Amino acid sequence: MKIGVLLKQVPATDTRIKINAGGTGIETGGVKLEINPYDEHALEEALKLKDAKKANQVVVISIGGAGNDQRIRDGLARGADTGLWIDDPALEGADSLTIAKVLAAAAKAEGVDMLIAGKQAVDNDNAQVPAMVAELLGWPQALVISELSIDGGAFQATRDIGGGLRQVVKGALPAVLSADKALNTPRYASLPGIMKARRKPIAKKTAGDFGVAVGEPMVVDANWTLPPERPAGRILQGEPAEVVAELVNLLRTEAKVL
Amino acid sequence: MPGILILADHDAGIFKSTALELVAKARELGGTVSALAIGTSSGEGLPADLVLTVDGPEFGTFNTEPWVAALAAAVAKVQPDLILATANMVARDVMPRLAARLGVGMAADVVELRAEGGAVVGRRPVYAGKALFDVTVKSSPAIFTARPNSFVPTAGAAPGGVEALVVSVGVVQTTVVETLAPSSNVVDLTEAHLIVSGGRAVKSAEGFDQLIRPLAAAIGASPGASRAAVDAGFCPHGEQVGQTGKVVNPSLYIACGISGAIQHLAGMRTSKVIVAINKDPDAPIFQFASYGIVGDIFTICPMLTEALK
Repeated sequence: MKIGVLLKQVPATDTRIKINAGGTGIETGGVKLEINPYDEHALEEALKLKDAKKANQVVVISIGGAGNDQRIRDGLARGADTGLWIDDPALEGADSLTIAKVLAAAAKAEGVDMLIAGKQAVDNDNAQVPAMVAELLGWPQALVISELSIDGGAFQATRDIGGGLRQVVKGALPAVLSADKALNTPRYASLPGIMKARRKPIAKKTAGDFGVAVGEPMVVDANWTLPPERPAGRILQGEPAEVVAELVNLLRTEAKVL
Repeated sequence: MPGILILADHDAGIFKSTALELVAKARELGGTVSALAIGTSSGEGLPADLVLTVDGPEFGTFNTEPWVAALAAAVAKVQPDLILATANMVARDVMPRLAARLGVGMAADVVELRAEGGAVVGRRPVYAGKALFDVTVKSSPAIFTARPNSFVPTAGAAPGGVEALVVSVGVVQTTVVETLAPSSNVVDLTEAHLIVSGGRAVKSAEGFDQLIRPLAAAIGASPGASRAAVDAGFCPHGEQVGQTGKVVNPSLYIACGISGAIQHLAGMRTSKVIVAINKDPDAPIFQFASYGIVGDIFTICPMLTEALK
């Protein structure tokens, strides 16, 4: 079985976001980039299946410009076999459906039996691409999963359906899955892994290579701002017993939240 | 006359306030308002012009493909220009799949929607709320999902007609084996009105159980945690608040021994009232707190629990 893992490069979660001068996006200068944290769990699950001999090949697929090759290389260092880097300026600002079309075509071209991504990318928080890819390929989906087992050509997964409820679903591969944090604990790259990764192949492609014509985006953003500042609060002064009593009183009578 | 289709959430046939919110917003945007209720429902009690109900064995419990088929059938029937759903886990599962089936654009998790020059403009948070932008969808229909509590629900408007919609579901590739009930009766963090969170300073799982859970229980709050506390194994992943955990919007958030890392603040900064208890007076959390107490959580939390019981 061959598994495709979708990796996206995003600003590190400890980034202090600033808006650029034109209000068209975030200020990207000096921002540290990393693998989308949820995608690390997707990669780990694929590598675990390979360790358990349930998969024999893992391809890391990433769309984006400079730096994405390093994220792919990181995935190869952790144990993936090959990389597919879709580096195409035409895809900058593309909507989720266009990205999904490219990834669906790439999954077909790579001949993967399973595609796994993080449950969402922590930059734009869209959480749309995995479901769209599943629909375009006509594959079943199990998203935001916390458990997965693969048995022959079938999967069984536990997904979060909200309101504290989880659902166990099963189906036949090929399928699209997306990982929640609880799925596993991602490994680090080992030194031998890093050395080996240097010789592993990364194919570089464009949307056109997969027969996808990139048109005007259907979803357009504008007027980026920071969230409104919170009004200044106050520090309660006094002995512990006094401040606790004052806090309880304030929550009940001033803030009226209790 | 533009048409709007709403995916109306209900609980055993009773429409949720989120469905009423969407109808109210749709009325404000103008046009014919149709709603789709999936699963057993009388369709009554929702002030839309038309309520479509879909029922049958495939709709007894949530599953992706039957839900998408029902939505696609409703779209084919009412031909809407705009489709609205509440941004919950079910919508995250099915709405992008519907968008791909229809070949249209979608904007998720908006917190505002307004008509502007013939177009509908949403405002959505990104980077877990560290930034916001205006979003337009240049396809017909356009799909938006809206966060709960973004709009004011309609009350008292007269409901319109109800019609049963027949849906041919086709081949369903996923089987639901079972639905697992929550392990506790605590309200899910994303829907909680009261949250008590603990950070690294609780020191251990026992510390979390001794300080945070009793304080939460005293006021009927849901317990939450910082990434540091989760990574240290003090509590499960499901309780993490922040950019790689749950994004929450309670009326009261009590942060105990949480310094206020950027990624944590991103997940809780829209809380109405924030209380911070931390022994470091320079902790960044105090800049966001409505009320702050500089002190040791091992002293303050038990006293606060007693006072609130």
